[in-house]
Amino acid sequence: MNNNLIQYIYGIADNSLILGQRLGELCGHGPSLETDIAMTNISLDLFGQVRSYFQYAAKLQGEDVTEDSIAFLRKEREYKNVLLVEQPNKDFAYQITRQFLFDIYHLLLLSELQNSKDETLAAIAKKSIKEVSYHTRFSSDWMKRLGDGTEESHNKVQTAINDLWEFTDELFHTTDADKVMISEGIGVDVSLLKELFYKKVNEILEEATLQTPDIKYFQKGGKQGIHSEHMGYLLAQMQYMQLAYPNMNW
Amino acid sequence: MSDREVKNLEEMFDAKIARDEKIEPKDWMPEKYRQTHIRQMSQHAHSEIVGMLPEGNWISRAPSLKRKVALLAKIQDEAGHGLYLYSATETLGISREELYEQLHSGKAKYSSIFNYPTLTWADMGAIGWLVDGAAIINQVPLCSTSFGPYARAMVRVCKEESFHQRQGFQIIMTLAEGSQEQKEMAQDALNRWWWPSLMMLGPLDAESIHTEQSMKWKLKRKSNDDLRQQFIDQTVPQAEMIGLTIPDPDLKWNEEKQSYDFGEMNWDEFWQVVKGHGPCNKERISARVNAWENGKWVRDAAMAYAEKQENKVVKQAI
Repeated sequence: MNNNLIQYIYGIADNSLILGQRLGELCGHGPSLETDIAMTNISLDLFGQVRSYFQYAAKLQGEDVTEDSIAFLRKEREYKNVLLVEQPNKDFAYQITRQFLFDIYHLLLLSELQNSKDETLAAIAKKSIKEVSYHTRFSSDWMKRLGDGTEESHNKVQTAINDLWEFTDELFHTTDADKVMISEGIGVDVSLLKELFYKKVNEILEEATLQTPDIKYFQKGGKQGIHSEHMGYLLAQMQYMQLAYPNMNW
Repeated sequence: MSDREVKNLEEMFDAKIARDEKIEPKDWMPEKYRQTHIRQMSQHAHSEIVGMLPEGNWISRAPSLKRKVALLAKIQDEAGHGLYLYSATETLGISREELYEQLHSGKAKYSSIFNYPTLTWADMGAIGWLVDGAAIINQVPLCSTSFGPYARAMVRVCKEESFHQRQGFQIIMTLAEGSQEQKEMAQDALNRWWWPSLMMLGPLDAESIHTEQSMKWKLKRKSNDDLRQQFIDQTVPQAEMIGLTIPDPDLKWNEEKQSYDFGEMNWDEFWQVVKGHGPCNKERISARVNAWENGKWVRDAAMAYAEKQENKVVKQAI
């Protein structure tokens, strides 16, 4: 069993899992019916991707491992998502900014992952890239609407980008498992995507009349399984049924 | 317009409906027809979006990825139904904002069933199986109602509802075939949702104030009591098939009429919930009002941005 490959898959899929979970919390509470549907749709896409990744990871592990045991039965430290995606749904400005920063990164990642030597990962990336292109268009357009909309929306989204900026650097960190996978031509060297990420983000921010934050200090830990205080509550809800009623079919 | 001219128009209008032709938004229609349709269609749209809330309550706790995805997709369908039912209602000369205002102020109603809480995962099954099941019985006849935009919207709504109903039944069936705890969860959900589902089909015929006119306009094709009987006859064998017990000691097959006799419903509870005093009325409305009010700055931003973009295009053209 290739443990590095499994950890690598978790590293990618957990971002979609946790962000999908956050977006799912918003269902029925959006600022308009159209945005409500769009955010739920993104959540659905992300969970769809998660299922492909976890089904693959389960197959690699065999025995009793399933997509659900991976999704619901790990300890907090075993989730390898970045801190950005677990940040709470404070308001629409935060939701869109979190989405935008993740989408730009996600699209760059998948563009490279479709060239992976691992055929399954390449295939998942190829399928997901169509969805993530749409997510990126949606969140970029909303960054512009909020940034260049009213004074109130401008201030709110500027606050969100200022607050969430410190979580961007972690997107480009590589774990030990990542490094092994990169050397084998399976994984993507995300550190090489950093420059292009900030360039693309800056372009949109400029068009949205927003300031790029001048912040030199960044947060990290998610990729090592060391999360924020928010994560425990998110998992408590997500894992509730599986923990309260173990070993059952649903 | 003289009285005679109006009478002529009314006669032509009635004849058109009698011929099973559709009334379209730009056609002449009696004011009462317009108002009745605004009332019923918006009530239907409101039910779809308020109905997202009790199910949305379980997205974050769905027990498997497959169930989570299916639940999200189902609720998204409901948002879609709301969207095109509001659009269809707008063709009658009222805006979505006005319709929301009526919902938020309590002037417009929505299906009372959504004022009951979703307490366990089994409730996701019960809602699909029973609530969507009852909704389909109400809605299938509307696919051939007289107002074109409503009839066309209902064709799609019914297809999706039918899928939701099967999905809900499948959730309940899985529980009924599962562990003792799961079986109890399924039975408990049936106990709580059965009577409110029967009440979804409306008051007793003797107490229904809108039925006669609605029959004429094909907004209603069967009476509430007939629809209820149809629902019971269809659902009881399904419950038996999976080993669940309908919580009605008076339920009994009537060989002579070839359908079930059933016990008396608690109409005091029905009217209490309709009048706004059910377990979740306040929470449901406050969730909708909060979403609308907290989203105002977002909608304002989108409008301001669109205006700026339009001005840019105009300037470039000059």
